Amino acid sequence: MLTRRDTIAIGLGASAVALLPVGAYATTTEEAIAAYTGGAEMAEGGVTITAPEIAENGNTVPISVEAPGATEIVLIATGNPTPNVGRFTFGPGSGAPMIATRIRLGRTQDVMAIAKMADGSFASTAVEVKVTIGGCGG
Amino acid sequence: MTDVRPRIRLPRSASAGDSIVVKTLVNHDMESGQRRNSAGETIPRQIINRFTCEFNGTMVIDVALEPAISANPYMEFEALVPESGEFLFTWYDDNGEVYTATEAFEVS
Repeated sequence: MLTRRDTIAIGLGASAVALLPVGAYATTTEEAIAAYTGGAEMAEGGVTITAPEIAENGNTVPISVEAPGATEIVLIATGNPTPNVGRFTFGPGSGAPMIATRIRLGRTQDVMAIAKMADGSFASTAVEVKVTIGGCGG
Repeated sequence: MTDVRPRIRLPRSASAGDSIVVKTLVNHDMESGQRRNSAGETIPRQIINRFTCEFNGTMVIDVALEPAISANPYMEFEALVPESGEFLFTWYDDNGEVYTATEAFEVS
């Protein structure tokens, strides 16, 4: 049973959702990239991704990224329902602009790394990872 | 998620000023919000959304995690150790909980 109060609460919730600015959540790879770089040009190279060519299990794909001179690295899984994977910001105590982690890949796709350099420019690279069993549940 | 046990691996020794490899793992489902239960209802998202590492108060790395980070998030990175001191690792859960771990490190 919905009480009158519940109905009002649901209504308020719905309008709060409706008020969210369009693009608050990047839904496509292009949007995810644009949201990060602001549309700036990205240099090719200067970023190295190490990932398996074939991942048996998309639930946990080891990946490492190195980008000499970078202050921040963003990882994007171009074929995932939500492309953003993570943003890694290197502080003054960082020994090297590198990160290794494990990610979920829903299907075979390009994994992209964008590095923000100390001078504010961007560099990117992408590698294809073939996924045997997808890792996005279902 | 009450039983969260962070695991940290540091090298056995290093000289002052070295860059050392730090490996961290924390047990967490990283529920993506994409999955459905047997009744077809979406299982709500609950992930670690932020991880930070500091050494003696200096930020080493600050990570914004998305649901595409695997369960039991693993992070490997390099940290400068200009002197002996303490690492502070912090994981922020979607549910508001914060998990921390500290690890002393001696330079030679």
